[in-house]
Amino acid sequence: MAADPGPERRRARRRRAWRTGARYALLTLGAVVVLGPLYLTVVNSLLLPSALAQRPPPLVALHPQWHDYATAWTQGHLGIYLRNSAVQTGIIVAGQLVTSVLAAYAFAFLRFPLRRSLFVVFLATLMIPFEVTIVTNTQTISSLGWYNTFQGLTVPFLATGFGTFLLRQAFLQIPRDLREAATLDGYGHLRFMLRVAVPLARPALAALGVFSFLAAWNQYLWPLLVTGSGNNVRTVQIGLKLLQGTQVSHVDVALAGTVIAVVPLLVLLVVFQKQLVRGLTGGAVK
Amino acid sequence: MSAGPVRHRTRRVRAAREAALGYALILPALCVFGAFVFYPFIENFRLALYRTAPYPGLPSHYVGLQQAAQVLSSQGFLQSLVSTVLFVVMVVPAGLVIGLVLAVAAHRALRGMAIYRTIFSSTVVTSVAVSALVFGTLMDPVVGFLPWLGLNPSPPILQNTTWALPAIAVMTIWQFLGLSFIVMSAGLSAVPEDVLEAARVDGASEVTVFWRVTVPLLSPTIFFGVVVATIYAFQTFGQVDILIGYGNAAFEHVNLLVYDILNTIEIAKTPGQAAVLSIVLFLLTLGVTLVQLRLVERRVHYGG
Repeated sequence: MAADPGPERRRARRRRAWRTGARYALLTLGAVVVLGPLYLTVVNSLLLPSALAQRPPPLVALHPQWHDYATAWTQGHLGIYLRNSAVQTGIIVAGQLVTSVLAAYAFAFLRFPLRRSLFVVFLATLMIPFEVTIVTNTQTISSLGWYNTFQGLTVPFLATGFGTFLLRQAFLQIPRDLREAATLDGYGHLRFMLRVAVPLARPALAALGVFSFLAAWNQYLWPLLVTGSGNNVRTVQIGLKLLQGTQVSHVDVALAGTVIAVVPLLVLLVVFQKQLVRGLTGGAVK
Repeated sequence: MSAGPVRHRTRRVRAAREAALGYALILPALCVFGAFVFYPFIENFRLALYRTAPYPGLPSHYVGLQQAAQVLSSQGFLQSLVSTVLFVVMVVPAGLVIGLVLAVAAHRALRGMAIYRTIFSSTVVTSVAVSALVFGTLMDPVVGFLPWLGLNPSPPILQNTTWALPAIAVMTIWQFLGLSFIVMSAGLSAVPEDVLEAARVDGASEVTVFWRVTVPLLSPTIFFGVVVATIYAFQTFGQVDILIGYGNAAFEHVNLLVYDILNTIEIAKTPGQAAVLSIVLFLLTLGVTLVQLRLVERRVHYGG
């Protein structure tokens, strides 16, 4: 039976090919489930309203109609909302990077009384979901006169316990000798931080930056609470809700708006996938 | 002789200066946390003791724990809590299992895997508003796909007291898949390949390898995933706001906790009651985290 290894090996090879085929079938099924809804959204956004209700539903847009995109951009004010989102996100990302670098440097390189306890205080912020604080935070924002302003949208998010933790880990990887050598060269702490520590922690900074960008851009609850009528600070996520809410008969316009809102982020994902994954799993999964 | 005290003093001055710099560097973050995390968090416990006057302009008055007891025993709260827990049960296992299966399937050095990985990660960037609009259209009774497939309950799925919550759950699972896939893949990449290979050489089937080797080795990641997913599901808000909304026929069955908090602030305008609900949300989150810490301590030490 074992005298001829030929059929045995052939059978093993066939089984392996079958397994690989099954794996690809599973992967492709998964890809259809994940991408299907987005694909159909793109197709629907390119159809005439009359074609939308057609049955069976069209799976390709043979005669793409781009005017829904123009409508979403101008009448749906998505152009303005995208700009507002860019400002809001830019402020939050920059603020989080700055405050996290400063605090993480202190926790990694400086000695001061209560350092450990204060670090625990920073970590404790991770235990309090933002949703738990909205009752008082909305009151704070309106009593500061920050309703419908970029301050109101961004100031509560200008610091992050997670970011401080992530950057502190990165700073602790920097060899102590480097700090001593820099001290001998006359570098003070601030110069060492900017010239040595920050450049060396660039991967962690990139991970935090992409993570903060994603979280800020996709915020929904807080912008809904602190922005109201008028388009001066309204973000794109709230704009999408309005597009759906006010133009019920214009599903195609709402879908065009959805595509406009999601495409920049899909580009971000493709370009910064590595940093994003590091940011999302940082600190939890090594 | 005289150098001693001087050197001693300069060292002390340098230490004081270092400490001052340390405090200065953490101060900006500490101010933000103080004003927008800790103060509102503690304020919940004070607000919960005060009842808002029925007419605007009148001061709220102290009622002690009476208000909390009233909120916690109200029909509306119990309904909201049941819906939230049901929702968690629908979303968490399904979201994690599908993410894990896709991660295992894509964890092979085969042609095209990078593309599949990007596709499976993609819903991590789709915001709740985007996801809600995408699924709202698919489930629409006129232009949607579900009705065409014969899944067209009456009243329409998003106004249906039975089906609205599962529909929101399906959308949430889809949106959560990206994060689930990324977390599971990161965990898998830490599983030593030679262990899996050894099991295969011993003649174990892929299914056996998955259940007997991959899942046990991944248990820390799976626990982490359960916590992340549960907290994520507890915080669900946007899809309910966009797809269901106040005044919907199915509203009471999809009134998840955060949505209830928002309505209590914005519509009922009773911050004291909203504070009670916020404390409940905090305790639920805390509970999940503590359970996970216990489990991880007990079960995950073998990894060394």
